[in-house]
Amino acid sequence: MVAGWFTVDTDQEDFRLLGTRCSACASVFFPRQDAFCRNPACQGGEPAEVPLSKRGRVWSYTDSRYRPPAPYMSDPAVAWVPYTLVAVELAAEGIVVLGQAAPGLTTADLVVGMEVEVVPGVLHEDAETAWTTWHWQPVPAAPAEVRS
Amino acid sequence: MTGDVAVLGAGMHPWGKWGRSFVEYGTVAARAALADAGIGWQEVQSVVGADTVRGGYPGYVAGATFAQALGWQGARVTSVYAACASGAQAVNTARAQILSGMADVALVVGADAAPKGFFAPVGGDRPDDPDWLRFRVLGATNPAYFGLYARRRMALYGDTVEDFGQVKVKNAAAGALNPNARYRRAVTAEDVAASAVVADPLRLLDICATSDGAAALVLCSMEFARRHGAANPVRIRAVSTVTPTFPKAVLDLPDIATDSTVAVAPSPDSFRASIAGAAYEEAGVGPGDLSLAEVYDLSTALELEWYEDIGLCGTGEGAKLVQEGATALGGRIPVNASGGLASFGEAVPAQAIAQVCELTWQLRGTAGERQVPGARVGLTANQGLFGHGSSVIAVR
Ligand SMILES: [Zn+2]
Repeated sequence: MVAGWFTVDTDQEDFRLLGTRCSACASVFFPRQDAFCRNPACQGGEPAEVPLSKRGRVWSYTDSRYRPPAPYMSDPAVAWVPYTLVAVELAAEGIVVLGQAAPGLTTADLVVGMEVEVVPGVLHEDAETAWTTWHWQPVPAAPAEVRS
Repeated sequence: MTGDVAVLGAGMHPWGKWGRSFVEYGTVAARAALADAGIGWQEVQSVVGADTVRGGYPGYVAGATFAQALGWQGARVTSVYAACASGAQAVNTARAQILSGMADVALVVGADAAPKGFFAPVGGDRPDDPDWLRFRVLGATNPAYFGLYARRRMALYGDTVEDFGQVKVKNAAAGALNPNARYRRAVTAEDVAASAVVADPLRLLDICATSDGAAALVLCSMEFARRHGAANPVRIRAVSTVTPTFPKAVLDLPDIATDSTVAVAPSPDSFRASIAGAAYEEAGVGPGDLSLAEVYDLSTALELEWYEDIGLCGTGEGAKLVQEGATALGGRIPVNASGGLASFGEAVPAQAIAQVCELTWQLRGTAGERQVPGARVGLTANQGLFGHGSSVIAVR
């Protein structure tokens, strides 16, 4: 959707959101902040691209029962299917990042505090283009350890 | 106090969907405020307009548009844009001019003709605008953010959707008594619960509508007020227009992410709390001095958060206040005696001015059936997109 916000051409395992980190104060910015550091106590270091944590915890969530207006892309000829929005706390970066939940997830599937991970997704597609994005989805429960 | 300016006049155009131009609304409100002040338009030395987008004109206009409609008379002019805080900045600009001696009397006007449905950013490809980005990348409407705050309150404090509904019931009851309100019908908890979900857990009646409307104030020096026979006018004692402090650690409209807390610990006070805090400090009063408050109830759940942010109760205790009836008309500290945005809807440049109109009428004791008995101190609280604080304290 917007250049440089997440890794491209990676598989689901390696998919990451991309932010920037200030070399002077270590503040992390998402969306990326390539021109300056917004920490008022910082003299300003070089911003460097940094992949964000893959996993975080749900800060809150909601959904969109009505079609949002443009510039959101959706086909008005197709019946509206609500999507879920999730705000996720990333502990290492000290930030909360909003995103859509993976398709099919509803608010009934979410709880504040549960662990989720970022995965690649498609925001909208037409005949020529698929606009890619990031989605949050609950971390699958670890498979029961098999003891032999 | 030397910092006081007088509110000599207040006026509104009734809010609703009237299908006319914002210039008409603003002119009606301005004339009402001038008549209330008992002065002629030609006496006004400065006109300050809270901006709106004029259809067909790629930009924001206000001050000169109202001055032209009222008849060019050479007054100093200012136009300010600060999203929902535009009205507070207009009040503050007029106040600064009066306190500095640039003008004795100023007219402040805000008016809008709002679009139907969700607010949306202006058109075009504008990926450098965070407001455009949140719609483009996430489809995150304003109600989506209100839903996030509401769900967070439920998880943290145990608020229920019934608590949220009670805020609407309370504000609708007050709005039913206000001739300037768009919605003047009582609402029951059942009505709220039966309305459609917009952004889980919030329903249509939890979220304010968009409206047309206008509000205006005549502000003047204490000396000018005395000369015009107002010996004991309502006075504006503080106007807060603070910005947040880094790191802003609570997700807020229109941002996709919060500031990082890695380098600097976040302030223990939220941005919204700091808005009211600055006004209290400037006015030399505290929450315990308030007779009433007008807060920005974009959603029912958000009103509960404001109770905490303006210091009426501790963090997480907002729902208890509405359950007890403390914030209803007749309660210990009425909030949104006007009916709030729940009854008015949003007319962005006008609403922070309309809040001050309500304080003016309440502090004069002329608010009719919705009068808060013996009101002496009132606070408004509001927040504009992109980090614009807005709070006014008026006293009598
Ligand atoms: Zn820095």
